[in-house]
Amino acid sequence: MAKIELAQDKLIDLARSLFNQFQEGVVPYIALPSRTKNNIEYSIEDDVWVYGGQETLRSVKTVRGAKTILKTVHMAELLIKEHLQNNRGSTLREIYYISENWKMAKFHEQAESDRLIEDLEILTGLQREDFHIRPEEYGAAVFGPLKIKEQTRRGERELHCQEDVGEAGYKIPFNVDNVKFLDHDAKIVIAIETGGMYARLIENGFDEEFDALLVHIKGQPARSTRRIIKKMNEELNLPVVVFTDGDPWSYRIFASIAYGAIKSAHLSEQLVTPSASFLGVQPSDIVKYDLSTDTLTDQDIHALRNELTDPRFKTPYWERQINLQLELKGKAEQQAFAGKGLDYVTKTYLPERLSEMGLLK
Amino acid sequence: MEIAEELAKQQRAISVAEFFEKNRQILGFDSAPRSIITCVKEAVDNSLDACEDAGILPDIFVQIKRKGDYFQVIVEDNGPGIIAEEIPRVFAKMLYGSRFHTLRQSRGQQGIGISAAVLYGQLTSGKPAKVISKIGPNRPALYYELIINTAKNEPEILHKGEINWDQPRGTRIELEMGGSYVRSRRQSVFGYLKNVAIVNPHTRITLVEPDGNTELFERATETLPKKAYAIQPHPSGIELGELIRLLRYTERKKLGVFLKETFSSIGSIATQEICKLADLEPDRSPQSINHEEAKRILAAFKNIKVKSPPIDCLSPIGEDLIKASLEKEFKLDFVATATRPVSVFSGNPFLVEVGLGYGGELDKEGRIDIIRFANRVPLIYQQGACAITHAAESIPWKNYSLAHSNSLGLPTGPAVLMVHIASTNIPFTSESKDAIADLPDILSEIELALKEVGRKLRRYLARQSVLSERSEKEEIIRKILPSIAKKLSEILGENEPDISSVVAKIMGNLLIKRVVDQKDGLLSVKIDIENHSELIRSFKLHEVLSQGASSVMPEAKLIPMSDGYDHYWKLSLSPNEQQLITYQVRLGTKFSEIVIEGIEPEVVTGARVI
Repeated sequence: MAKIELAQDKLIDLARSLFNQFQEGVVPYIALPSRTKNNIEYSIEDDVWVYGGQETLRSVKTVRGAKTILKTVHMAELLIKEHLQNNRGSTLREIYYISENWKMAKFHEQAESDRLIEDLEILTGLQREDFHIRPEEYGAAVFGPLKIKEQTRRGERELHCQEDVGEAGYKIPFNVDNVKFLDHDAKIVIAIETGGMYARLIENGFDEEFDALLVHIKGQPARSTRRIIKKMNEELNLPVVVFTDGDPWSYRIFASIAYGAIKSAHLSEQLVTPSASFLGVQPSDIVKYDLSTDTLTDQDIHALRNELTDPRFKTPYWERQINLQLELKGKAEQQAFAGKGLDYVTKTYLPERLSEMGLLK
Repeated sequence: MEIAEELAKQQRAISVAEFFEKNRQILGFDSAPRSIITCVKEAVDNSLDACEDAGILPDIFVQIKRKGDYFQVIVEDNGPGIIAEEIPRVFAKMLYGSRFHTLRQSRGQQGIGISAAVLYGQLTSGKPAKVISKIGPNRPALYYELIINTAKNEPEILHKGEINWDQPRGTRIELEMGGSYVRSRRQSVFGYLKNVAIVNPHTRITLVEPDGNTELFERATETLPKKAYAIQPHPSGIELGELIRLLRYTERKKLGVFLKETFSSIGSIATQEICKLADLEPDRSPQSINHEEAKRILAAFKNIKVKSPPIDCLSPIGEDLIKASLEKEFKLDFVATATRPVSVFSGNPFLVEVGLGYGGELDKEGRIDIIRFANRVPLIYQQGACAITHAAESIPWKNYSLAHSNSLGLPTGPAVLMVHIASTNIPFTSESKDAIADLPDILSEIELALKEVGRKLRRYLARQSVLSERSEKEEIIRKILPSIAKKLSEILGENEPDISSVVAKIMGNLLIKRVVDQKDGLLSVKIDIENHSELIRSFKLHEVLSQGASSVMPEAKLIPMSDGYDHYWKLSLSPNEQQLITYQVRLGTKFSEIVIEGIEPEVVTGARVI
């Protein structure tokens, strides 16, 4: 209950400050950190990337700013009166539809309401779950030697993530706080980008042979996925490696797990696993294992160049790998290993790569 | 026999017509759709030139018919007609014309166009050109079937006779040819004629397309364009070789007379000056002038001040008609026009006219359209190679309020640009007359004209943006701010906050607020005045009370009235200055609304303005 009251108080504070601005004759505004790659900086304290000091002002001086503030106020009212006071919740998409009735304050697309919700997180220092807002899809899946207890709306459930689940694994709920780890035999967490590779490792019994917790992150990982990875890392004290395709977009997936995402840098402390390391596919793997590649598209090249100026990738390792890829002009999917046989990835590549990283004794 | 002698046997003159037969692309017959457009263009150009010479308002009928595998192009005008002896050579001999040897503005110059069209028809369909011409209501209509003998470049008459024709006067030509008919936006017969209509607002054109669809381009004026007169070459910009040629072949006996009579804009005084500068006797025979002396004359031309060439050799459209035609063909919010004074390149006078249409139903996203004209003839091909395009691309359009990405190419936005160049001799890049050559004198004149319309557009848009800024603020204040205030009061469960001072700040207004407190059995009143505008505001503030006030700070003037007292202050506030007025009155005193005197009502918030 305390948490609900805290969320409510924070929203009321926001409304109060706007109210006072009117009374004091200050043209109402809301200040937010600017959410670009030029305004993220490394926090030594938490070992993650967070927003820097640049701010943008939403002021009622312009029609756009005034409308945004009107939407913010509508949103605050919805969250206080519908969600928190009645202990109910909506999905991001439902909120977008609820705004249909807000006339002038109606959102034009869901991206706009999603962004406003992120703004509210930043302004209040809370997370959307605290306002009972949930994403459409639940997070990704886990498969491996781990026993958990989940607090569901229909009571507690205990399950083992190898023995009590189907081939798809255990599906991570959107609120990771409801999951407790009971017991495990794991030595490592492997976060995997594609469903194909996740299924390949399960089929080949990699989780049993190497005591690995396999997490299917389904492309750009949802918040709950990033939180469960962080939770495994911190509570079970397990090393985390990230296994993705070898292209610029996949490096961003790794960055959002290990460094923090530009869009949600305000939550970096809760979501980021700073000790996670990149397993592959590395551009140097393309050379070493002679993987078949696709040619980089113009967008790929642009994205790689962008990463070279992204503070998160300003390390000798990434500069070497990205420049190598620009030279190769090629990218490789995880599935490229299949060209060398279905067991190659589990029998050769992963053991070699994990020993190289010092994670396999 | 020596090789050279052997080779010499094979040397022979090539007829122009033969040359064209092998190189038709240089005259604009390079693609199937374009060939039909070129034929229409050549015939329409001739009609317009003829009508203008004769002082007739042109009424031109164009029809394209499908005829088996071929197309039939028919162009008919109400012009003066052509006399019998001339008809074969006008239509079936290349380089035959009346305008090449004179210096004045006309569409056709070399006498290639229509005969090239005839030749093209003859080559592709094997059919002769059919021409009807009538020079007056009581004269017979003559009918000719003509082909060109390409080896000799001479007309051959296949048939000749009289015919019944219901027109009182005019010329009709029918050509059969290979080709294809497209109806796209710009590079089409339709697009070409539409542009002809824009630049010849005195013309009515009817187009019947192969599918029977009829388009009428109605005239925008009943006034004929001013007639262009022939002139002498202008001294500035003439080249040495040309000067030497004129000196050698002139019939004048004395240099002084030669200079005065051969060139335009040179009078007796200028003649004397030139001779003096060139150190030559005015009575010298022109033929005796040697190369070195000719050079001195040329240098003298550059060093004396010569009048601009007479403008009556040119026939500009005029700013009013440019505006009217653009408005007729496009739906626009604004048109800016500019006409440059007559200028000269290589002895040829020319002038540049520009029209810039903005807004309305024009596409807001894409690059602006540019319509190019030379001597009232639309140029529809090779836009990228044309001096007009190059000049337009070199303008920093951002400075003139048009979006211009990377300052490359044409700007984007809802605009259409029309550029007309009138000259006695348009320097085209090729014989197909698609693009004007990049001569520095011409480029700089076009740029100056474009900058002038640019400045006019910028002024117009600045005015618009002040208006829209005001209306944007109105929207914030009238709709959005009250909604925010209402929502806040609902969330907090309190009365709505007072938004008046925020409103005054956003509007840049003068804000007046009165706060009344009860204190020691008296009413203590505070009037807060804030100037949020960017100007010094001087005014009178009236406070009418049922009783006289005490402890008034600063002191007020007092006027007794029938039902109370008018207290007033003369105030002057700088931008962002705040002023406080305080006083006390007894309980039960009646207040009226504060009244402000001496400034516009729309900049005041919180008081009545008289």
